[in-house]
Amino acid sequence: MNLLEKIDAAAAARIALLPNGVGAFGIPIEEVYSATEARIGDRRVLLLGTNNYLGLTFAPECIQAAHEAIDKEGTGTTGSRMANGSYFGHRALEREFADFYQCSSSIVFTTGYQANLGTISGLVGPGDTVLIDGDSHASIYDGCILSGADIIRFKHNDAADMEKRLRRLGNRVETTLIIAEGIYSMLGDQAPLAEIVRLKNQYGCILLLDEAHSLGVLGETGQGLVEKTGLLKEVDFITGTFSKSLCSIGGFCVSNHPQLEQLRYISHPYIFTASPSPATIASTRAALELLRNGSHLRKQLWNNCTQLYSTLKEVGYELGPDPGPVIAAVVDTPQQALLLWQRLLEHNIYVNLILPPAAPEGKSLVRCSVNAAHTRDQIQYVGDTFTKLFKEIN
Amino acid sequence: MTESNYDEIMQVLCDRLSSLTNSNVQITPETNLISQLSIDSIKLLNLIMEIEDTFDVSIPINALTDVQTVRELVDLVYKIKSAS
Repeated sequence: MNLLEKIDAAAAARIALLPNGVGAFGIPIEEVYSATEARIGDRRVLLLGTNNYLGLTFAPECIQAAHEAIDKEGTGTTGSRMANGSYFGHRALEREFADFYQCSSSIVFTTGYQANLGTISGLVGPGDTVLIDGDSHASIYDGCILSGADIIRFKHNDAADMEKRLRRLGNRVETTLIIAEGIYSMLGDQAPLAEIVRLKNQYGCILLLDEAHSLGVLGETGQGLVEKTGLLKEVDFITGTFSKSLCSIGGFCVSNHPQLEQLRYISHPYIFTASPSPATIASTRAALELLRNGSHLRKQLWNNCTQLYSTLKEVGYELGPDPGPVIAAVVDTPQQALLLWQRLLEHNIYVNLILPPAAPEGKSLVRCSVNAAHTRDQIQYVGDTFTKLFKEIN
Repeated sequence: MTESNYDEIMQVLCDRLSSLTNSNVQITPETNLISQLSIDSIKLLNLIMEIEDTFDVSIPINALTDVQTVRELVDLVYKIKSAS
């Protein structure tokens, strides 16, 4: 089988899995009306398949900042920070992230994916070890692979299992990086951070926490799980993305370890890529300000999360263990998931379809992401529709 | 490590693979994990965690890039177990 035939075989396997569901991935969105509504085909749909947790995609402050940045600095930087230089906005945003997390150092990356890729591959290398949660995001896996370090997985959110694997490493724990996530993207559950911190201190490792889905969502000022648990100072490196609560694109790493600055000179995903555009940086800075002062948004978000989670739970859907902005209905087969996904779309509700192997434990998911801009009536409608469809898919 | 340890690892892995796969393929040392047993990447990674627990070893998942057959998987586990 040649290279192209291998790709054909993979495509055939995908189509065979869901013969009527090929259009479920990368669905064309024709127009976006607001943080909660868009047009798919000829349908005006309710958006529950975004990660727009604070609902800031149309925040006037962010839009104005982006406009002004384009007028002043143009549409792109056309090169890397290493070769072409760092704009005022890049440096300002790094200072603002450092201040937000009360850390001495901060690096902005061009995407959230690259933040993990660049940080992990900069921190560890061949001969070192990374101990990662089994349900880690692909950017964490890819960062680990790029690093050349030995990759050991522990069972998802299982601190006892993590300790067993730490113990086996013996002296190698000294050069081990533990990686966990604030909120996991598929089931929306949170890492047992207190136990992970206790173990990382006991064994003398370094801990990286990815707050991609928890930034803006958890904690009084939205720092994430570190703030909710009061463990900010115990986590060595925090990464995150701009593409969820901050409504743009990009990523960051913050730390009190001065060695973070060295990553600018050794991390390929930082060095060999164009820097974020002026508009991206400007809207992110405006969104970060709104996020820090957004306790009213978090309150609205959590009201919506609780409302939808409890409705689905009551009806009998199998859900992740923690209520939150990621609410995934777990079903046994891809066909059940596709049916539910299609029927929701027929009711003008857009959610995410997640199939194995992306879904944990061979199950399939219909994943909703709730945001602060959803109205009570919209959430009610979504809950009522899921309720109506429950019998049809079971 | 002795030959009997190698055989023991082979036996444990064949038994486990047999319960993991729906295929009727007779599992031999030369059986290909992906093309013949249809073990997907997540199943393989979870199997590695089980093997780590069974033999009390750490098996880096990046070492799996060189593993295609049952024998190659047994060789990897045996090598790591012997060095531990």
